[in-house]
Amino acid sequence: MNLNLCLTAICDGVSSAALLYLTALGLTLIFGVMRILNVAHGSLYAFGGYLAATFGIVIAQRGLPPALALPALVVAAIIVGVLVGGTLEVTLLRRILDKDPILQLIITFAVFMILEDVQRLIWGSQPYFVSDVVNQLGMTTVLGITYTNYQLFVLPVMALVAFLGIQYFLKRTRLGREITAVTHHREVATALGVNAKHVSLLTFIIGASLGALGGALASPTTSLVPGIGADVLVLSFAVIATAGLGQLAGSAVTALVIGIARAFAVYLMPEIEVLVPYLIMVLVLLVRPQGLFAAAEVRRV
Amino acid sequence: MKRKVFVIVAVVLCSLMATLGYGQQKPSELKVGITTFVSGPASVFGLPGKAAAEILIDDMNRQGGINGVKIIPIFIDEGVGGDKLLSEYRRVVQEQGAKVMLASISSGSCNIVAPVAEDLKVLNIMWDCSTEKILESHRYKYVFRSGANATTEMIATLIYVLKMKPDFKTIAVVNMDYAWGRDSWELFNAGLKVLKPDVKVLAELFPKFGATDFSTEISRLQALKPDVILSTSWGGDLDTFIRQASQRGLMRNTLFVLPLAESSLERLGAALPEGVIIGGIGDHYFLHPETKNDPAHKAFIQKFRAKTGSYPIYPSYHMAQALAALKGAYEQAIKNNNGKWPTTEQVADAMRSLTYKGFGRTLHMRQDDQGLEAQLFGITKSVPEYPFKVLDQMMIVPAELVTPPVGEQSLDWVKKITPAMLNSNQLKTYQYTK
Amino acid sequence: MRTRGLTVLLVAAGATLPIFIPWLKTPVILAINNGLAVLGVLVLIRAGQVSFGHAMYVCASGYAVAYAGRFFHLDGVVLILAGTLASIVLGALIGLFIVRYRAIFFGMLNVAFSMVLYSILVKFSTYTGGSDGMRVDRPPFAGFTFERSGFETTLLYVSICIAVLAALIVQRYFASASGQALAAIKTNETRLEYLGISARRVFWGGYVASAALCGLGGSIAALAQGLVTPETGYWVRSGELVFIAILGGSSQAIGAFLGAVVFEFVRLYAAAYVTGAWQLVLGTALIVIIFAAPSGLVGLVTRFGRGRAGGHAS
Repeated sequence: MNLNLCLTAICDGVSSAALLYLTALGLTLIFGVMRILNVAHGSLYAFGGYLAATFGIVIAQRGLPPALALPALVVAAIIVGVLVGGTLEVTLLRRILDKDPILQLIITFAVFMILEDVQRLIWGSQPYFVSDVVNQLGMTTVLGITYTNYQLFVLPVMALVAFLGIQYFLKRTRLGREITAVTHHREVATALGVNAKHVSLLTFIIGASLGALGGALASPTTSLVPGIGADVLVLSFAVIATAGLGQLAGSAVTALVIGIARAFAVYLMPEIEVLVPYLIMVLVLLVRPQGLFAAAEVRRV
Repeated sequence: MKRKVFVIVAVVLCSLMATLGYGQQKPSELKVGITTFVSGPASVFGLPGKAAAEILIDDMNRQGGINGVKIIPIFIDEGVGGDKLLSEYRRVVQEQGAKVMLASISSGSCNIVAPVAEDLKVLNIMWDCSTEKILESHRYKYVFRSGANATTEMIATLIYVLKMKPDFKTIAVVNMDYAWGRDSWELFNAGLKVLKPDVKVLAELFPKFGATDFSTEISRLQALKPDVILSTSWGGDLDTFIRQASQRGLMRNTLFVLPLAESSLERLGAALPEGVIIGGIGDHYFLHPETKNDPAHKAFIQKFRAKTGSYPIYPSYHMAQALAALKGAYEQAIKNNNGKWPTTEQVADAMRSLTYKGFGRTLHMRQDDQGLEAQLFGITKSVPEYPFKVLDQMMIVPAELVTPPVGEQSLDWVKKITPAMLNSNQLKTYQYTK
Repeated sequence: MRTRGLTVLLVAAGATLPIFIPWLKTPVILAINNGLAVLGVLVLIRAGQVSFGHAMYVCASGYAVAYAGRFFHLDGVVLILAGTLASIVLGALIGLFIVRYRAIFFGMLNVAFSMVLYSILVKFSTYTGGSDGMRVDRPPFAGFTFERSGFETTLLYVSICIAVLAALIVQRYFASASGQALAAIKTNETRLEYLGISARRVFWGGYVASAALCGLGGSIAALAQGLVTPETGYWVRSGELVFIAILGGSSQAIGAFLGAVVFEFVRLYAAAYVTGAWQLVLGTALIVIIFAAPSGLVGLVTRFGRGRAGGHAS
């Protein structure tokens, strides 16, 4: 176990953590504001990925300038966030805010099931691998290992932009402060004149777009197949639960920890790689069930 | 009185003889259940098999089917997972009355399905999966494999690698984590230890079946710098692995040995570089040096391209072999049965010791239900005629050279192989021709 | 009263139809045992908690059956007991930690534990068979050796009897003092503590009971299918259990079985008719039911029955 190995594992870990963070960010934001754990978030990730792949194929076929490829990913994510996320919130989620939490969970689970089939009906069951963006950006060699510039630079930068952007947005813009108010106490915020309905809708759209962005940015590096939504959801869940639900900055830390731990596992003991995130989650939650960064809540009677 | 008794006895005896001699009534159609991957990463592999089945069954039916009986295929998706596959398998046999099952692609599925087929007493031809353990662990009555098994495939691969690159020192393996991935490495490694014991194994990586991201494995391999990387991956998994490895330049300095990559040549196109060792799990190739000019083969390729837009790959060829075995066995059984429709047991008997042919070399079925199929290998090369790589410096290894005899366990047999195998005069080589 | 009629109808159908249509036996056995697992989830819902990880108990008992069958060659009855015991032990151990938590934290820890089990089963393939799973060869049952069809019939009737028994026991439990205490965890836990009853202990009892029911269903299903794979313990399967609980109706035990039967058959036939869009169909059905008929399919059936009899809506 030498320094070289550590540095390479860290490089690998950071780029996978970047993707993980982007997806988890949307999930934890939505929980923070609406107190609903959106199981369908995995489907939003998948839709973002598939739409991005479709855009990539269109760009290649129509001979459009390749420089459009990267912005197309972001555009795809926003479209999914607004259309799918917005529709979901308006038609369904705002009507279940006062229901039993079990029912809320199971409704989002039903939505997840529906969207899985919709995804299969639109894009089919064969794998999509649209990686032109990655090929265009070239490679870099670090300590004898060659990485794609996409995974080494683009992904961590996007994650950083999202991290700083969200912090700025929440603290400095009016909408952001309204969101923070509603997260803290919905009733009091409404009493102070904040349109909570409006805020919920916008937050959901932002959260959905972030989830879709995770999928869109992941799509050039991996192959898209039915079922990735389920895998991503439970992994994102591990990230945000370990950090504490609703902890935006904390999720960045746990995403890094989990990403790097997995990378080390592949180098040292590959069998436990898939086990690592959940093991971390169990150990943290047994000691601190509210997560690493959340304050302990007094349970309401 | 005596006359009446005589008449009654005669009538009874006659009707008895009539029922006994009548045998099985010829059905109006023969339902054949076919399992293949229609969803998930493996579907790039399973769908060509399905297309081939549709083309060939259509052809067979147009020529009258099997002795006048039409074949109706019923497709089952292997991609739904083991227990759902089993439910569907049972339903197709019991509710829809399939009499023959062609199952499956994945060695994992075959492991699950074989005992169920035996239980349900339905004829099951394993049309693509290779794990040798199924037929070696148990003597089956109803379960057959129409193609070669893992031992034949991996030892033949070993021979080709040793002849093409005799002096490599280190090797790493990246296989899919399931029965085939594990068994294929076990066999190759055992053979390697006998024929070239000084080779060091630097890493044994088993990403999960259906993995969509290999970046950490690729980083690790770049750090280790093996001379040879072996991967028996296939389908979408192989495509993703090669694309990612190619993007990161891993294929520049390492020899990749991909015994199942014939099925990915066209899809990968430019992403696959020159100088990669490729196999086809059998002698399957649309540019097969011995059969590419056969009229039947050319007609099949034409129909396949018209239907799917691509060249046939080895799942399609495996399907052709399995269907040929099916038809041949039924026809032989009918002959043995004096023209009457045979029972499943009679077909099974006829299938043992059958000779049949897909679009490669002729195959033989052994007494232990295992088919004997030659193996084709080559090295990738760019040519202007095709937008993807073709195989050059090809070699065909006959099955008899690299298959353990009936009744012997593969791992025991592998320990006894000798380097004399590498100089056998049964190995035939071919260069690429247009 | 209507539910009793429904129960009789379901039992009669389950006991007779598969005899006439033999291929139905295995799907019906699997549906009934899925229903048993859902019954386990119902116990937790009674306490106002939901677990998205209970498929791990179905999975664990299946693997226990596979191991015990492979290494000890036991009788089928013993195997079912062994599998259930394995789930009870696992549930008791995990329960010791998990009953301290409620609501979303409870749900999260269950998912975490189930994913740990799932990952272990997938990765340590030399011991567990990996993602291919492990075969469960047909054992003798109560001393008799059966062919496939006799085995299926036996399992069918055993499953029906166990299901009816389990439903009755669970209904009794709900009506008993412990059951009422369990329900109090949902309504007002602090007051329960004030009565001198340890909420944690009551919840632990309920949790172990739910694990036992899941384990029982899982063992019989493993024997019927002849196979156990890690997928049976994936979080989506746990979600499906909760889904069926709400679909069927979470207030009556019979709801678990009605929901399971409907779920299984929609899934089986959607593959043939609706190009496999069974998730779309069931997902939409559930959302409609939650808004229109919150007491689930059972509620619909009993309401319909009552209306027909010309009685008042109560």
